[in-house]
Amino acid sequence: MKCDNCNKPATVHLTEIRNGKKIEKHLCEQCAAKSEGVPAIKGHTPINELLTNFVMAHSGMQKDMGATCDQCGISWAEFRQHGLFGCEHDYDAFEKDLSPLLQRAHEGATHHVGKSPVRAGGSGAAPKPKHKLVDITKLRKELARAVELEDYERAAKLRDQIRQAEEG
Amino acid sequence: MKLSDLTNHAGEWLRGSGPQCEIVISSRIRLARNIGGFPFLARASRHQRQVLEARIRDTILNAQVASQMLYINLEDAPQMDRDLLVERHLISKPHAMAEGARGVAVAEDETAAIMVNEEDHLRIQVLRSGLQLEEAWDQINEIDDKLEAKLDFTFHPRFGYLTACPTNVGTGLRVSVMLHLPALKLTGEIEKVFRAAKDMRLAVRGLYGEGTEATGDFYQISNQTTLGKSEDDTISEFKLHVVPKIVDYEHHARRQLLNDRTVALDDKVCRALGLLRSARLLASEETLFLLSHVRMGVNLGRVKDVDLRTINELFLLTQPAHLQKIQGRKLEGDLRRAARADYIRQRLNGK
Repeated sequence: MKCDNCNKPATVHLTEIRNGKKIEKHLCEQCAAKSEGVPAIKGHTPINELLTNFVMAHSGMQKDMGATCDQCGISWAEFRQHGLFGCEHDYDAFEKDLSPLLQRAHEGATHHVGKSPVRAGGSGAAPKPKHKLVDITKLRKELARAVELEDYERAAKLRDQIRQAEEG
Repeated sequence: MKLSDLTNHAGEWLRGSGPQCEIVISSRIRLARNIGGFPFLARASRHQRQVLEARIRDTILNAQVASQMLYINLEDAPQMDRDLLVERHLISKPHAMAEGARGVAVAEDETAAIMVNEEDHLRIQVLRSGLQLEEAWDQINEIDDKLEAKLDFTFHPRFGYLTACPTNVGTGLRVSVMLHLPALKLTGEIEKVFRAAKDMRLAVRGLYGEGTEATGDFYQISNQTTLGKSEDDTISEFKLHVVPKIVDYEHHARRQLLNDRTVALDDKVCRALGLLRSARLLASEETLFLLSHVRMGVNLGRVKDVDLRTINELFLLTQPAHLQKIQGRKLEGDLRRAARADYIRQRLNGK
């Protein structure tokens, strides 16, 4: 089959329904890229990327691309293609689609834990419960060393410190 | 401070002086932050990028986050300078190669570097030699507090700090430790480390981060989970579980080599040193592997007449941009390989 526009062999076959009328087009790669926005096939373009590009080139099909952020205009499909959001509002705009994705990426987590800015009503860095653990481990090591060196005065001090840390 | 002041010594990450530095080369922590009211960089206009850069640069320079900060405008910086910053781990490769208004603020001692307009508006990072994650966290937390007092960072009650890529959302924290694991590589047990790391949801990367090979037996281990896990939990996990386990494993492999395959080990180390001391042409990657074997030899006491500091410095100073900066001219192909071999011979033979 030859291309509708030129004489090259047609490799792109499009079927469109416009106003209930079926329109078939047979085009070569170049003409398809020019008139229909079908990207020319380069090297190893993955098939899903080709499809996304094709879908995005047809602005009439916006509805199928999922929600769009009304602040930065990015669509869910665009985000999925590049993995980057356009603005801070996207997290709310796409919350429903995003949640399962976040859970997969972050060991099932759904909520932030940790530091929060003082400006946002937070208290800065989160309290450090683990540091106490670390400190106790360190103190115990020091205690063992002090006992080994027969420095009993220091050992007694360290023992009190450990006791205090454990209680507090 | 000028950029050229950096070239005559090794950066903080290769100083080789911190705790457990025979295996843990460096500890790095970074925080991703964005400023409210501006789009993320993928959607920012030229003008918005410029406004962001100016505002962040001025804030960093005025907030006194470190004793002396050098700000480098990367849009105007020559490629050689940008490569130099990548080799010193002060900026990422994508940041060096990107376009548009962007920069980096570097502390005089190179323990802190803040990339402006990378993937996020700010990428704050702190580097320490050896295993010093808590010290690194204290420093970066303080920098973050100082900047936060002047900049309105995007923060969401449910998702935490908002980032351009949702893989960083939450704490925006990435903890990375650079490990030198030549013995695990030689005994073929490194694959087990990769598998264990994967099970713990950790990423293993090469010398220069994402997408780079583990050249010279250097491996960067970093966390991937940033949501639902506090900064403290992530850091403690590294300090108490991840790093000690891998370090023990490497020590074990080194002892095994030393006890059971002494001659083979010495052969590896001495061949590497012999090549470095006599070769006339040395490629950058080959050099890293040879230096890696010598470094292990020095650490195990098999090489006595070379000090660790020299080896650590050579890892950095023989990289393409550093080598050319030291030589003061552009060098390509065999000319560069010859200059590298000359420089190494001179440093190792004391001539």
